[in-house]
Amino acid sequence: MSELWDGLVTAVKLIISFDPEVMSIAGRSLAISATSSTIAAMICLPLGAVIHFNKFPGKRTLINIVQTLFSIPTVAVGLFVFVLFSRAGPLGGLDIMFSPIVMVIGQVILISPIMLGLTVSALSGIDKSIADTAVSLGANTFQTAVITLREARFAVLAGLIMGFGRAISEVGLSLMVGGNIAGFTRTITTAISLETSKGDIELALALGIILIIIALAINLVLNRIQQK
Amino acid sequence: MSLLETVNIGQKYSGKYVLKDVSLSIKRGEVFALIGPTGAGKTTLLRLLDLLEAPASGRIYFDGRDVTANKSLRLQARRRMSFVLQKPTVFNMSVYDNVACGLKWRREKEAVVRQRVNQALELSGMAEYSSRDARTLSGGETQRVAIARALAVKPEVLFLDEPTANLDPVSASKIEEVLAHIIGEQKTTVVMATHNMSQGQRLAGRIGVIMNGQVLQVGSPAGIFSTPENKEVAQFVGVDNILSGIIVNRDNELVTIDVSGSLIQAISEYGIGEEVHVLIRPEDITLSPRKDASSARNNFEGRIARVFPVGALVRVELACGFPLLAVVTKRSAEDLGLAVDKKVYATFKATAVHIIKRWN
Repeated sequence: MSELWDGLVTAVKLIISFDPEVMSIAGRSLAISATSSTIAAMICLPLGAVIHFNKFPGKRTLINIVQTLFSIPTVAVGLFVFVLFSRAGPLGGLDIMFSPIVMVIGQVILISPIMLGLTVSALSGIDKSIADTAVSLGANTFQTAVITLREARFAVLAGLIMGFGRAISEVGLSLMVGGNIAGFTRTITTAISLETSKGDIELALALGIILIIIALAINLVLNRIQQK
Repeated sequence: MSLLETVNIGQKYSGKYVLKDVSLSIKRGEVFALIGPTGAGKTTLLRLLDLLEAPASGRIYFDGRDVTANKSLRLQARRRMSFVLQKPTVFNMSVYDNVACGLKWRREKEAVVRQRVNQALELSGMAEYSSRDARTLSGGETQRVAIARALAVKPEVLFLDEPTANLDPVSASKIEEVLAHIIGEQKTTVVMATHNMSQGQRLAGRIGVIMNGQVLQVGSPAGIFSTPENKEVAQFVGVDNILSGIIVNRDNELVTIDVSGSLIQAISEYGIGEEVHVLIRPEDITLSPRKDASSARNNFEGRIARVFPVGALVRVELACGFPLLAVVTKRSAEDLGLAVDKKVYATFKATAVHIIKRWN
């Protein structure tokens, strides 16, 4: 019990003293996840609008598949990305294995289904009269999509934040394709997993607390949005 | 030349025709009302005219150009019209921004946007609501924002779908006031749908009666009201007495019609032997306790079957060889002492009777 208590005290000291290692790992985690979330959002918002506003055979099935992929295991995406980008893989020539770039690619794949699925469902929550009104007022297809996304903005934003939350908290993918290289691909989750197995509980706890603080912040933002 | 013209347009939803062979021509500057019961196809027709959806058959011309299918022509044409949908919908933004939407989508300059938005808000009596969140408005206010938003783009054609249907009487008459003002001042071409016959009469220059997906009669409000061309239209415009008969005699324009044994005189061009419907508006019938010696040709003795008040009036059902419905004021109902089983005389002029041919 006292070991845990001492660990906690040291962890808090590490955080409030802005320990360089802790800060650099947390900063990297935020940077990688924010990048992958931004890229995924840029893909999923337009794609979600295209899926919502068009009728095509298999639309329902596509949405079902996307929803199934919400809970795709991180290690499954890790394996897929590993096979794709490892030396012998089809994209091995790019030589980006064990780099932040490949981690971002992996996270984009991981969180896109969530962002896409929640964007489509946010749009379908908007009454069709919104699109009709826009079209009747002279909006073209793009302008109609923008106003409908705008009407759904709180639900859409909630979906984007969910995606970010999944990106920053996952560990399997980052460990497999990032390799937990200190000062390069080490993130909060990979560091916790390594430091814990090494017995360095203080650092792991400090990072764990930061991760929880980030999760809490995300939740607060989500709550604020949903109250609007 | 007409501004908007349809040639045999039709629309089907899930395989079923909801609109069939509609050919209409709307002239620039006129106010045209589509009247008909709920579900007749008014909204569908307006959606086709506003190019919100494409027809399943037929062609639509706007300002002389075929805009049936070409996507970019449709957008161009649509930007010269606007439509106030039946369920007034506002975007989740301020009243001002709502009204500015159509102008921004047309890439108008900021100064133009400001001037037009303020003008439209002024016109619809919503100027002081400019910065309000549009979602917090009442039904009538929301409808006025929707109208301002449609007017701001200075449409050549303004479509209104049941502009007062979902409103309380006070809001409804306010909206009607705004519309009457716009119609009078702006000279915009207006096409409106309403199930309210009297609203159509008050606002429109021409009326089209639509039923079961077909336009049955087009004409002036007075014409439709006094000379409906068939039984369905007659029923819809409030002709409560529709009797079946056969013409048995003719003296110049004056014909005599046998209605289940009683003889009714009317003015008609149909010949002897023609099977007809006899239409008599209840307000054209006078009731009196004694046989009337006036010049009115039709005078029938009858017994009162039912008396029931409707607003300020009293409707009286008579049996006089055929069923007849008359309307009198409350005052005269009291004076006449109208009561069930009482004997009265019903009188109406030959010119008050409208004759249409029976098709079945």
